[in-house]
Amino acid sequence: MWSRLLSLVTLIVVWAIAAALAHSRLLPGPVTVGAATLAEIRSGELPFQMACTLGRVIASFAIAMILGSVTGYAMGRSKTTDRFADPWLIVLINLPALVIIIFAYIWIGLNETAAILAVALNKLPNVIAVMREGARALDPELDEMARAFQLARFARLRHVVIPQLAPYLAASSRSGLSIVWKIVLVVELIGRPNGVGFVLGSAFSLFDMVRILSYAISFIVLMLLIESLLVQPLERRANRWRRRPA
Amino acid sequence: MNDAPTAGDAAPLELRIDAKSYRSADGTPIEVIRNFELRLEAGSFGALIGPSGCGKTTILKIAAGLDADFSGSRRPPGAGRLGFVFQEPRLLPWRTVEQNIRLALPADQADVDLTDLIGTLGLDQHLVRYPGELSLGLARRAAIARAFAVRPDFLLLDEPFVSLDEMVAARLREELLALTTRTKVTTLFVTHDLEDAVELADRLFFLSERPTRIILEQTLSAPRGGRSEEFVASISADLRARAARSHADAGKI
Repeated sequence: MWSRLLSLVTLIVVWAIAAALAHSRLLPGPVTVGAATLAEIRSGELPFQMACTLGRVIASFAIAMILGSVTGYAMGRSKTTDRFADPWLIVLINLPALVIIIFAYIWIGLNETAAILAVALNKLPNVIAVMREGARALDPELDEMARAFQLARFARLRHVVIPQLAPYLAASSRSGLSIVWKIVLVVELIGRPNGVGFVLGSAFSLFDMVRILSYAISFIVLMLLIESLLVQPLERRANRWRRRPA
Repeated sequence: MNDAPTAGDAAPLELRIDAKSYRSADGTPIEVIRNFELRLEAGSFGALIGPSGCGKTTILKIAAGLDADFSGSRRPPGAGRLGFVFQEPRLLPWRTVEQNIRLALPADQADVDLTDLIGTLGLDQHLVRYPGELSLGLARRAAIARAFAVRPDFLLLDEPFVSLDEMVAARLREELLALTTRTKVTTLFVTHDLEDAVELADRLFFLSERPTRIILEQTLSAPRGGRSEEFVASISADLRARAARSHADAGKI
């Protein structure tokens, strides 16, 4: 914990020294950025823009995780499904994020649906690939046990299947969250009138480095909070049974 | 037909496997069972005894209805409520012992009182632990408890005493004897240990090498439970000799 804090403090000190040496409008120091951030928070501008972005992150993340888990599970369990859907998956994996975003905006329009769908589609193939591996790794012996005891479909899912998929779900949601929020910013930059990505775009055209840094840092902090207050505790809970007394 | 409302309880297990084979890795079919026919009266305890690798586990899976890929017929006893104790305990590592035992209970019986069963198997102290924290003996007990918790009509046991030390195995045998006597369940038990079978079962089936069939059947008339050591030893010696002759005869064909 302390070494992490020290590392963070070092980073800020290096930044402050570099800013003092450069003495340029293009590299403002931590104090300037901090003051600007506070002002943006007080005016309500920064919370509003962050809320817009966060809403898009949550919506597209949820869509990608649900669709991806179901599809990946189906592909991992059935060879026929896998053979049919695999080429689609390969196409989707190799389609550049920007192309998907442009397609969505052109075909669906410059609206919220297109933005969220474009982000979800970018994240989807990764979730599918990870969940397919998870479904392939399901223990056939436990499967047989569940059949012998005639477990109902829901009970089988809840007690036998999902706990085995939990590490894969955790892995794909971790990598997913960071991919999704990065792509959300691009989507906002290209075709939305609000959100952190939109603000960064307009600040870029003004070379307003103070604003760019304060929004970027605020968003990173928010994502770190979500990771450590939500994702990690959930993971610990799912892995309780692994802890063994010595 | 209408005068047999409890016919489900009294129906015997009937299993006929004309042929069962599987494909080996290089694609050639290997025949594991041929002309196997078994009938077990309702409520009795049958033991399949045979050399390892003779397809005992395969027979058990077919009897349980878990493997439908065979030619023959199968008629399970009772209403078909199955209890299965696998050779490896196959507990869910992410659920506690108690959750594992209650796993297969239907929703309307989820909180049914299992104190008696848990007490008989000596699991009271371990209910909140996870399977990863248990010894093999305790894990087997938990698996047996899970099988009995559903009040099965048909119980299948696949070498439940293998790789346990003799003390633990002896205790588990007694517990199993108590449970099967109390519940009058039709039981099919697989073992390579003749003494285990003679102590527990009232009907013994000796199996041949692959392709497996029954080469000798024996009914034990003495009541189950409380069979003396001398009885078990003498019956076992006699059966061993007869089984050896049958094996030799089977080899000549």
